[in-house]
Amino acid sequence: MNPLHSLFPNIDDWGELGRACIDTLLMLGGSLALTVAIGLPLGVLLYLTGRSQLRAMPKLYGVTSLVVNVLRSVPFIILMIVLMPVTYVLVGTKLGVRGAIPPLVIGAAPFFARLVETALREVQQGVIEAAQAMGASTWQIVCHVLLPEARAGLWAGITVTAIALVGYTAMGGAIGSGGLGDLAYRYGYLSYKSDYMVVTVVLLVVLVQLLQMIGDRIVARYKRH
Amino acid sequence: MSARFATRITVIRFLDVHKSYRVDGKDIPALQPFSLDILDGEVFGIIGHSGAGKSTLIRLINLLERPSGGRILIGDTEMTALPEPALRAQRRRIGMIFQHFNLLASQTVADNVAFPLRLAGERDAAKIDARVGELLERVGLAEHAGKYPAQLSGGQKQRVGIARALANRPEILLCDEATSALDPQTTASVLDLLAAINRELKLTIVLITHEMDVVRRICDRVAVLDAGRIVESGTVADVFLHPRHATTRRFVDEALPEEAASALAPLAQVGGRVLRLTFRGATTLSPVLSRVMRESGVDFNLLAGRIDRIKELPYGQLTLTLEGTNADAALASLREAGIEIEELPR
Repeated sequence: MNPLHSLFPNIDDWGELGRACIDTLLMLGGSLALTVAIGLPLGVLLYLTGRSQLRAMPKLYGVTSLVVNVLRSVPFIILMIVLMPVTYVLVGTKLGVRGAIPPLVIGAAPFFARLVETALREVQQGVIEAAQAMGASTWQIVCHVLLPEARAGLWAGITVTAIALVGYTAMGGAIGSGGLGDLAYRYGYLSYKSDYMVVTVVLLVVLVQLLQMIGDRIVARYKRH
Repeated sequence: MSARFATRITVIRFLDVHKSYRVDGKDIPALQPFSLDILDGEVFGIIGHSGAGKSTLIRLINLLERPSGGRILIGDTEMTALPEPALRAQRRRIGMIFQHFNLLASQTVADNVAFPLRLAGERDAAKIDARVGELLERVGLAEHAGKYPAQLSGGQKQRVGIARALANRPEILLCDEATSALDPQTTASVLDLLAAINRELKLTIVLITHEMDVVRRICDRVAVLDAGRIVESGTVADVFLHPRHATTRRFVDEALPEEAASALAPLAQVGGRVLRLTFRGATTLSPVLSRVMRESGVDFNLLAGRIDRIKELPYGQLTLTLEGTNADAALASLREAGIEIEELPR
């Protein structure tokens, strides 16, 4: 007899659990990639247009900052429900992995953008000035000074964002996005099969630990210099 | 000294330039209107206390700071009239080094030096490598090419800064307190390097500092900045040996504590006239003083003295008292021999 079965008698379809794992990883990977793709430029924009920065534009900064703050202050579960029509227009479904990605990205990108802004502010003003003195354009300063110099901070931000996204994907399970959160909610909570709860939580903990470890490694490598 | 630059071309020209900052709706003046010419191939020092406006002044040259009024010319190019892309191209003709080096921490020494070449659009890796090798050789860091700035000492970091600043073969090198974060020995070696670069590459150096010793060692001319105003300027020898403004005198006293007025306090107990004799160049090295004193039969009493160099110029400055009826004749002979004489108040 399967030893796992004797340990978790209520779990009768391990294949379903495996698929849920894969769904969670797909949601995480897809949303993280898009979050970085949108949040990084948004963070650079926040940084550049901020007070007494390279391209200070108080009005643009004010508007961007407000939008970012609004998106960050809406609880993710509400954001997901509110965005359902938008999600439908964007990906043609409100459900599953695809339906989960737009709200995940819209929820996480502003958060990541703030982390990017903070990381860029850590770059010494003098290094930027040196690049300006060498005749660098703003674009060159962003690509060759700000982003490389801030890479330890940026990777730390990506790690924190990835872990926040794990939490969001689990929440998404409650309204039909699938994945481990869905299993925990449907079987573990609604059907009182606490084994599901235990196994999914353990898997999520392992996932978060892994992400943190990988993130810490990358940050440590870039911090050495 | 002044004759040496009389025929030289002006490379940097400030015309009625002034600068103020807007803080909380009020204009705070940083630099009072001034005009200044910096000549081709000279080492020009700007000395001032912190807050005097010297960092603002040096940043006006490459327009890291925009003047509130007036014009700034580099050669024939009016920097203040250039649109952004043309200004960036002009900046490549002006190297700059900094007090805190401002190297890219994420890049190796070689990549830091290659950085301005890449910014200027150089894509040929072999050309970049060759130029970087040449520059690192020049500053004595060839064996550190693969290291990161964090692994270097302050002096080595500044040498990387110098190599980086020279990469695009600039005509002007700006030094923003380049030795202020370094210990005295390292300062001396960095100053020697800058002097050698000035000599060999014939490039114009503008440096700002709060140390008169830096000016004395490598500058040809100097401007003294006090509260946003140039209070004195001229050849280093003139300004250093005969300071007129109180701020200049303070800087000189800091550099030569034994010459400071306070050090001459026991003067009250000595009789006769108190004089300061200044020897420059060849007169420093000839026995003029002893000959004149012997011939005139005047007695002198040495109170303080110093023989040193200002850049390559030997000079001597002696403070002494004279007693004897022939004192005036003796002074006349000394003046005739090219010695500058000031009577000090007592």
